[in-house]
Amino acid sequence: MLKQIEGSRAVAEAVAMCRPEVICAYPISPQTHIVEALGAMVKGGALQKCEFINVESEFAAMSVSIGASAAGARAYTATASQGLLFMSEAVYNAAGLGLPIVMTVANRAIGAPINIWNDHSDSLSQRDSGWMQLYAENNQEALDLHIQAFKLAEELSLPIMVCMDGFILTHAYERVDMPAQEQVDSYLPPFEPQQVLDPREPVSIGAMVGPEAFMEVRYLAHDKQMRALARIPELAAEFKQIFGRDTGGLCHTYRSEDAETMVVAMGSVLGTIKDTVDEMRDEGHRIGVLGITSFRPFPLAPVRAALEHAERVVVVEKDLAVGIGGILATDVRMALSGLKLHGYTVIAGLGGRAITRKSLHKLFREAEQDKLERLTFLDLDRDIVEKQLAREHERRRSGPAAEAMLRDIGTVASRIA
Amino acid sequence: MTFQPIKFYQTGTFTVGNRLLDPEQRTVQSHRNRSNAINSGHRACQGCGEALGARYAIDAAMEAANGQLIAANATGCLEVFTTPYPESSWQLPWMHSVFGNAAAVGTGIAAALKVKGRTEVRVVAQGGDGGTTDIGLGCLSGMFERNDDVLYICYDNEAYMNTGVQRSSATPPAARTATTMPVGPEPGNVFGQGKFLPAIAMAHNIPYVATASVAYLHDLENKVKRAMEFHGARYIHVFVPCPLGWGSASHDTIRIARLAHETGLFPLFEAEHGELVSTLPIRKKAPVEEYLRPQRRFAHLFGANPRVETIAKIQALADRNIRKYRQLPEEEA
Repeated sequence: MLKQIEGSRAVAEAVAMCRPEVICAYPISPQTHIVEALGAMVKGGALQKCEFINVESEFAAMSVSIGASAAGARAYTATASQGLLFMSEAVYNAAGLGLPIVMTVANRAIGAPINIWNDHSDSLSQRDSGWMQLYAENNQEALDLHIQAFKLAEELSLPIMVCMDGFILTHAYERVDMPAQEQVDSYLPPFEPQQVLDPREPVSIGAMVGPEAFMEVRYLAHDKQMRALARIPELAAEFKQIFGRDTGGLCHTYRSEDAETMVVAMGSVLGTIKDTVDEMRDEGHRIGVLGITSFRPFPLAPVRAALEHAERVVVVEKDLAVGIGGILATDVRMALSGLKLHGYTVIAGLGGRAITRKSLHKLFREAEQDKLERLTFLDLDRDIVEKQLAREHERRRSGPAAEAMLRDIGTVASRIA
Repeated sequence: MTFQPIKFYQTGTFTVGNRLLDPEQRTVQSHRNRSNAINSGHRACQGCGEALGARYAIDAAMEAANGQLIAANATGCLEVFTTPYPESSWQLPWMHSVFGNAAAVGTGIAAALKVKGRTEVRVVAQGGDGGTTDIGLGCLSGMFERNDDVLYICYDNEAYMNTGVQRSSATPPAARTATTMPVGPEPGNVFGQGKFLPAIAMAHNIPYVATASVAYLHDLENKVKRAMEFHGARYIHVFVPCPLGWGSASHDTIRIARLAHETGLFPLFEAEHGELVSTLPIRKKAPVEEYLRPQRRFAHLFGANPRVETIAKIQALADRNIRKYRQLPEEEA
């Protein structure tokens, strides 16, 4: 059924149709609307056989999810940013224990400086936690990916994050096709846990493991993700059969035929990139796009296949691996190892900085002429940076940097060029 | 099971051995059909108070729950010495997640059981004093405040023993630990404000809070059984000496635990819905010196130049406990 609703609401309704049994909620922007909606559904009786628990921290949210999942319940939670970091120890633990928890990450920057707006620093910081990570391009995909995520996680007994851009998707009202409960039920079977705490068959879970088996346990986690690599496209195909939509999969090319320049990105920025590419294609530029849906597991072979015929690859990513550059770009390079092509890393949109078509046009044109720096910070205000560097050079006690730079900019905190 | 009937003048009090009690009053541990929830063969040190306390507590909880019990465990000695596979000691479904989240894991298990209609299965969460009073306090307080159906048991040996005897917020003043060495003008742990978790638990007005000690195992079992009569959040704080960390003889675990009570340093009581309902009175009050002397962690208070003032300050803490938690009959207090 077509609905014009907020992204968070769409995800909440999709999650509810997946019949979660335990939902842990702790407020952090911009994921809050999702758990608010689910809380109302449980309290009002629309979502039955579900415990909605208002926990006291994100660390507790993940820990309660761990206990619930280990006791055989389908567990769901949502978080973002500082909240994801605060629960990080339990995030790793859930993956290590192989508990198929589904968590929405409403992507948001990580402080300091504190910032509530969107980038991918939060989920990418948990890159090696052992969780699978899917990135939604739009709200339809966000809600569809949640349905697939429960199925994938439970088949493999491995947790999964569905990442959707904070505010840009979570708070955007878009038209979405909401599935029917019967469709979800026919796609997603009841949760049959691989391991469960039950007095009828007592087991110890989470025992200490020494050097004699730790490697093997870790290897198994990798092996599961390699299996996910094969399973994700199949799940997308099964999804299409029931829901009639192409959603999910590992990665997707767009107008990549004969492309000399390929742009790689994840999440909602793909929409702006595709619009820009459409306009450039109209002008005769040979440019295409590769959108990554599954960041973990990372589809090395499909990425290579999609990019190997290009002359250059521009990775546009909403994160910064301080001291080296890009997180996604590093993985893309891995996929392209041995190939001779120009690679550019573009750090863009940090802390909600708007990524505009205008900026992308300029960026892609410079890339086509190979005039781009290997590591480019899109729309970085050099003047502000230079002023601050000068201040710091001038006097030891130059004061807090962020505050000084904001003073230079004036009262408008966020500007769209 | 058959018992040998014995007549003795103390029959009927819990201060005497099992053999002198009516069969139905005897400890869970004395029964052949006890669950042995923490089976023998684990790797606890000789004289470990925690192993003893946990065994009695979990077996009592198992009996109260008709064997339908699931345990969540914080990281710590109890987790480490019971689990190196393939030698798990646990004869019940048991889970360890991380250090600071045992209470929250318990909440999650209880929520799953509730939603699945498995109301006959009960949940216990447990940890040491570090996992409870320090790193796990947030999750524990949340579990209390929501009144989640979990019995949390803290085995308090007054420091981080698993990592090598470092100070926790449950470490008593003046005690030597690896991070509060007996050097400088004020050797040992500082005299802080204290952090008596049973009082914090009581402040949540949860259905049941009790303190217990391995010196009084029958009392410990009874408190666990009493706790299991309630639903909602329950808390039992068990005093468990650590021979390794305290520098006491392995055979003195029970004696030292008893002295902790008889000096007033560790008061024994029960509280329901935030109000004190019973105490285990001190039978023969002892000066704190008797408790401190057999422990090397307090050795710097004695010797050629005893720290009389420090000992007096500790005595004052004990006396305050006795008043506050009514540990002596009124005329003696």
